[in-house]
Amino acid sequence: MALPRRRFDTLIIGAGGAGLNAALQLADSGARVAVVSKVFPTRSHTVAAQGGVNAALGNKLPDDWHWHMFDTVKGGDYLGDQDAIEFMCREAVPTVYELEHHGVPFSRFADGRIYQRPFGGMTRDFGGEQATRTCAAADRTGHAILHTLYQQNLRARTHFFDEYWAVDLLRDEEGVALGALVLCIETGEPLLVEARTTLVATGGCGQLFRTTTNAHINTGDGMAMCLRAGIPIQDLEFFQFHPTGIAGKGMLITEGARGEGGYLENKDGERLMARYAPHAKDLASRDVVSRAIAVEVREGRGCGPDGDHVLLRLDHLGERVVAERLPGIRDLCRTFLHLDPARDPIPVFPTAHYAMGGIPTDRFGRVVAPARHGPEEVVPGLYAAGECACVSVHGANRLGGNSLLDILVFGRAAGRDILAFLEANPHHRPTEEAAVERAMARLERWERKGEGESPQALRDELQRLMEDHCGVFRDRATMAEGLQRLEALRARIAEARLQDHSRVFNTARIEALELENLADLALAMVTCAHAREESRGAHSRVDFPERDDRNWMKHSLFFLEGARVDYKPVRTRPLTVESFPPKKRVY
Amino acid sequence: MAVPARLRWRCRRGLLELDLILEGFLEDGWERLDEAGRAGFERLLQQPDQELQGWLLGRTQPLDPGLARTVARIRGE
Repeated sequence: MALPRRRFDTLIIGAGGAGLNAALQLADSGARVAVVSKVFPTRSHTVAAQGGVNAALGNKLPDDWHWHMFDTVKGGDYLGDQDAIEFMCREAVPTVYELEHHGVPFSRFADGRIYQRPFGGMTRDFGGEQATRTCAAADRTGHAILHTLYQQNLRARTHFFDEYWAVDLLRDEEGVALGALVLCIETGEPLLVEARTTLVATGGCGQLFRTTTNAHINTGDGMAMCLRAGIPIQDLEFFQFHPTGIAGKGMLITEGARGEGGYLENKDGERLMARYAPHAKDLASRDVVSRAIAVEVREGRGCGPDGDHVLLRLDHLGERVVAERLPGIRDLCRTFLHLDPARDPIPVFPTAHYAMGGIPTDRFGRVVAPARHGPEEVVPGLYAAGECACVSVHGANRLGGNSLLDILVFGRAAGRDILAFLEANPHHRPTEEAAVERAMARLERWERKGEGESPQALRDELQRLMEDHCGVFRDRATMAEGLQRLEALRARIAEARLQDHSRVFNTARIEALELENLADLALAMVTCAHAREESRGAHSRVDFPERDDRNWMKHSLFFLEGARVDYKPVRTRPLTVESFPPKKRVY
Repeated sequence: MAVPARLRWRCRRGLLELDLILEGFLEDGWERLDEAGRAGFERLLQQPDQELQGWLLGRTQPLDPGLARTVARIRGE
């Protein structure tokens, strides 16, 4: 079948902050860039990042990128690669100034300098006093950055394929990336985008879980595409949860609610945190509170008809405190639960927030995978940046204000390295027709007619399974059972059928393809979490409660073929400074 | 009349709150809109996510009376 084809120097999949910052570097240098995005670019999940971007500008208090580096290494529980972390913390400063020059409307101090706010985990002088490092554009930093980058890309003549869905990457026999097969959602027609370089910037995969803060678009498409293209996914067992999401819906109830005196209660009316953290109680660290809630639910002390949540009580604080100090929470509760937290308790459950793992890359954004000569060989022409990538700067746990920084710094770095690659590789390589056929087969699989389960119901089941078997409560038996159930579910997904085979805006078809992506990532996550017998950062095992540096200070690599797990060492040597050796992570 | 598939996709936004509110309205409220109401809903979907969030959570009001009517409808006011 003759497919329509378009040719570009670079194909970027995903139009969040990472993709758009890379696109801008390239388009401003004269490269022909295509950005493929499944939703209109300014509706990417980057808009949800409200807090800010960490950069040691020192606008309020003295600061140093080296202090920021220490915080990031420690925050990641020593699983982060220190060369990449040094690079990120140094580059943070010019990256923020570049954004300022592009027109991002940062908030200002009275003297005109960029406003910075204090954020958790950020310290001065290697673990000393609180730092003021997080640059913000009011409470809409992500939105401001995304809109500015989009406008700049329009000016620079980046070509946008809006509402196109990427099906699969194309590689030739030597493993070189050649672009991707994409699908126009409006017409349902496939299109081959041939490119000398391809950047995957598709964001996170929070839709693996029933309760998540992530938008519905966050289905890990780029990570799954890489898995199918033979590239491993790194450290996916590390997934950050927030203890108090609105049960069954996922939106965040900030820690501020407990800071103001809110407390958690089980179905017997017991203040449950007194049992798990007798001193800190409801203000214990996120992982402790999250696990306590999960244990209550598992042991039958959950609330509601399904016993699947606990209650967060604010009603004792009084109308005035709730109205004045927690107005955002009140808006959320009124809109989604039709209740007033000044009178009624809020049903909560831990909510999945951020993937630390992803497509393994180096600090230039180049995808690296084990090959003949070592564990980190560059995949020619293939790049990844943002939440879908694992550089790894967040290690086992990400700090607030470092996710926007990650997407901007490594989007920019990838853009620059791509320019060098384009210069060294001036010609398009021939597209391998066998690779195109494999990608087309993925689409055609959903043309099968007849009886079969609906992808929507299976997606619900998958999300529930992940919450029950690979959420905040992890031990060997729970995850082993999860793996078994997942195997059965994956077999059912392979036999699922679409009822509607129409072309135009067939969103059920897109959701079926997303389900396949989620199912592959679920396998990666449970397999690696089951294998890692220690607790580190966000990966918390009740049967292995301690960090084990001797056996486990290493990155996991999951390969789809044979569901195999391999490991590679953490890069503990920074670029120019001394290494930070692992220490117990206490705050 | 069934909800046009195009609208279903365009209710996918960058923020979970908006996904839930807009998709929920598509299921429960869209069919009861008249022609002008449906046009108003399409116009609302063209607005930036941050504005939509403020309006649909009741924190701010759109200045445009047409958008304000649509927002009130979705919020069940």
